[in-house]
Amino acid sequence: MLYLIEQSLNGIQLGMLLFLLAAGLTLIFGIMDLVNLAHGSLYMLGAYFAATLIEVTDSFVLGIALGIVATLVAGMVMEMIAIRPLYGRDHLDHVLGTFGLLIFFNELVRLIWGPAGLTISLPPEMLTAVQVLPGVFYPLYRLVIILSTLAVGLLLYVLVMRTRIGMLIRAGASNREMVGALGVNIKLLYTLVFGLGAALAGFAGMIQAPLAFVQIGMGENILILAFVVIIIGGIGSIRGAFVAAVLVGLIDTMGRAFLPDLVRAFLSYSAGSSAGPALSSMLIYALMAAVLVFRPEGLFPASNK
Amino acid sequence: MTTHLTARNAVVVAMIAFLMLVPVYAATTGNTFMMTLFTRIIILAIAAVSLNLIMGFGGMVSFGHAAYLGIGGYVVGILAKEGIDSGFVQWPLAIALSGLFALGVGALSLRTRGVYFIMITLAFAQVVYYVANGLDRYGGDDGLTIQRRSEFGGLINLSNRTFFYYLCLALLLATVYLVWRMVNSRFGMAIQGARSNERRMNAIGFPTFRYKLICFVIAGLICGLAGVLLANHTNFISPQLMHWTRSGDLIVMAVLGGMGSVFGPVIGAVALLVLEETLPHLIGLVTHVFTGKEIAAAKEYWQLILGPMLLLIVLFARGGIDGLIARSRNG
Amino acid sequence: MAEPLLRVDGLTKRFGGVVASDDIMLDVSAGELHAIIGPNGAGKTTLIGQLQGEIAPNSGRIAFDGRDITALPVYDRSMLGLARSFQITSLFRDFTALDNVALAVQAHAGHSFRFWRNARAESELRDPARAALKRVGLEGRADVIVSSLSHGEQRQLEIAMALASRPRLLLLDEPMAGLGAEESARMVQTLRELKQELTILLIEHDMEAVFALADRITVLVYGRVIASGAPADIRANEEVRQAYLGEQEVVQAQGAGLGATHG
Repeated sequence: MLYLIEQSLNGIQLGMLLFLLAAGLTLIFGIMDLVNLAHGSLYMLGAYFAATLIEVTDSFVLGIALGIVATLVAGMVMEMIAIRPLYGRDHLDHVLGTFGLLIFFNELVRLIWGPAGLTISLPPEMLTAVQVLPGVFYPLYRLVIILSTLAVGLLLYVLVMRTRIGMLIRAGASNREMVGALGVNIKLLYTLVFGLGAALAGFAGMIQAPLAFVQIGMGENILILAFVVIIIGGIGSIRGAFVAAVLVGLIDTMGRAFLPDLVRAFLSYSAGSSAGPALSSMLIYALMAAVLVFRPEGLFPASNK
Repeated sequence: MTTHLTARNAVVVAMIAFLMLVPVYAATTGNTFMMTLFTRIIILAIAAVSLNLIMGFGGMVSFGHAAYLGIGGYVVGILAKEGIDSGFVQWPLAIALSGLFALGVGALSLRTRGVYFIMITLAFAQVVYYVANGLDRYGGDDGLTIQRRSEFGGLINLSNRTFFYYLCLALLLATVYLVWRMVNSRFGMAIQGARSNERRMNAIGFPTFRYKLICFVIAGLICGLAGVLLANHTNFISPQLMHWTRSGDLIVMAVLGGMGSVFGPVIGAVALLVLEETLPHLIGLVTHVFTGKEIAAAKEYWQLILGPMLLLIVLFARGGIDGLIARSRNG
Repeated sequence: MAEPLLRVDGLTKRFGGVVASDDIMLDVSAGELHAIIGPNGAGKTTLIGQLQGEIAPNSGRIAFDGRDITALPVYDRSMLGLARSFQITSLFRDFTALDNVALAVQAHAGHSFRFWRNARAESELRDPARAALKRVGLEGRADVIVSSLSHGEQRQLEIAMALASRPRLLLLDEPMAGLGAEESARMVQTLRELKQELTILLIEHDMEAVFALADRITVLVYGRVIASGAPADIRANEEVRQAYLGEQEVVQAQGAGLGATHG
């Protein structure tokens, strides 16, 4: 039972990370109609920026804050130079062009930070576990991840639903021409949205980093999961991204935690260890296939799409 | 129009002649690396041609084509490990399983369009990738060395490098010819019509789904064959065979060469892989010219050039190399 | 009268709160040219979409040649002989005119799981396609890529494609839309020839053309049939005049009707 609660929290934590990535992806796709494979590069850049800035400032929080700003700026510069010419082209062009960017960023990171990878160490006060329920202890830092991503999600919700720029974003997602007709500077709006997506991805990368490694290509596998999330949730829908992200996070974590034992119960011990992880990955894709068969536009199809 | 066609044909003939002469060159100079490189190029060209059948002619942008390379390769590897060396068993089984996988993936993903299709094909390929990672008996993520290449009852010997090279080349040319016949047949017309305007195809009486699905399966079968060849070429299989960036490479080859022509992806495969081999040397040369000495470190970062090049090709060279040849002749 | 070729019975289609087709009854007899008119937003294109099968009705029944086709997919209806030309020109833009028509022929020449023979060299496909192009006066433009054809030529090509699928009922969705006076006149001429041998359901805004060509007219307003009958009856129908035809258009329509009787 304790294990179940702990794994549920882990699943939610992974789901929240996926949500940060998927929200940016789905915004960028919904508004600019752009498929961005280099979104994972921003996740990676965020982690590298934070690792360096934490070392320079000698402060975890300050490093993260500056890292977010740095990723935001990097995203906006990237949009202006490399992404802008891709608008209005077909999706194959997006795939190829951003695939090129991904290769570029991997190499750039290798050039600047070297091939070895970095680590971000947590401040000592984070290295404790807190009692979340009577008798249930959970690592403080993972709890911080869940709460801070929830806060970011809430912030995003307020930004999109309650502010003028949010209104433009929503309008842009459903009707691009109309926003242009309102006399809004579309170019600037696009750059801002891309920057916002970059900052979200970067934030995800840097807060995950202390639990794993900061390394080249770290954004790629999680990016593919984020794509699965937005397909399940419905492309263009932030609400869909949220629900699907938590769902995928939970399934992935639970599958990894419990499937090996399940397989062991029916087959042999070694079969469980080897097939378990593969099976849990497959669970997610099976879910996606099922969603597509019954709701080809995803669980929460964005209107007018 | 006619000059365009001859210019194209001239390039095709020159390329085939070049590929036929590679072993001769390698034998006279003792350059075995060149043989290895071009065997790999030819095998990946088969995969790229098969991808272009669905992508260039059928409008189905599959981002999971490397999965068939993996399936083809793993069937050979797994059977070899279990002591079944016969190519008469390995090859048909590998190709059939690739086709079966394509049938399942196609039946589900062809219900969707556009970016959904791109992402779903990618996701299914990832499933195969993870499965291969989980196959501990067959090396897991470390991969598996294949002790013996496929046996054909002593009829042919795949361990002979030159023979294997020409076998791959013959299979490539056969694939190109087959696909060329196919795209110009009634089936090809139906596929291209579905790419151009699917709604209208339905209106004039074509049940497009089944034509697209069969096309998808045919591409899977051909790419499965490429996987079989790749496993025999490297004597090694690992999940890296079907890493998603490999699917990206195949798309790059097709687009780089030119999706409008059947032979384009062959040119694209040669161009991309030769570029990968020569870019480091080119960078070295450039640094030599500017600084008077080769900066070895700079050579390492050739992908820094390759990435933006892809973006520039997308932006400025639509139609790929094939398109450039066509345009240069038409003025 | 015998069983009509097309019988529409109680067809209803709602989009959210909007009723696009409201209990539509419609008969089209073999051999007639039946026109459907109505102001913008009357649901004419929605009706055609349901007849062709792209849009599924909420209720009602469509029978073609005595057979219930309400649940058949688009391509199966096409096989039975229902052909549609599109309001917004919808062709294979990177193919030649002849390739376009040949595809329509191919659709009705058995299945297309033929992988080897060069389809562009099959006279079984090319000859009927050339004949259809000739019918609409495009024989000289056969090898031109569609995107290089003029708007009027593309419209003619639409008709040729519909013809090439050897239809028993031709659904024409505003074939005159966007045409100049000369091109319109040519289209009217083409349709006049076609109605000799085909049953046609025509949606058109050009009243002059409608009254010149139609054997029967059905008037659709807000998804409802408000009148159906011979052109003379429609012209005389008070409800139609009030609900749909402005005074200006009535005068034009009468002029056109007179022209037709003289001609």
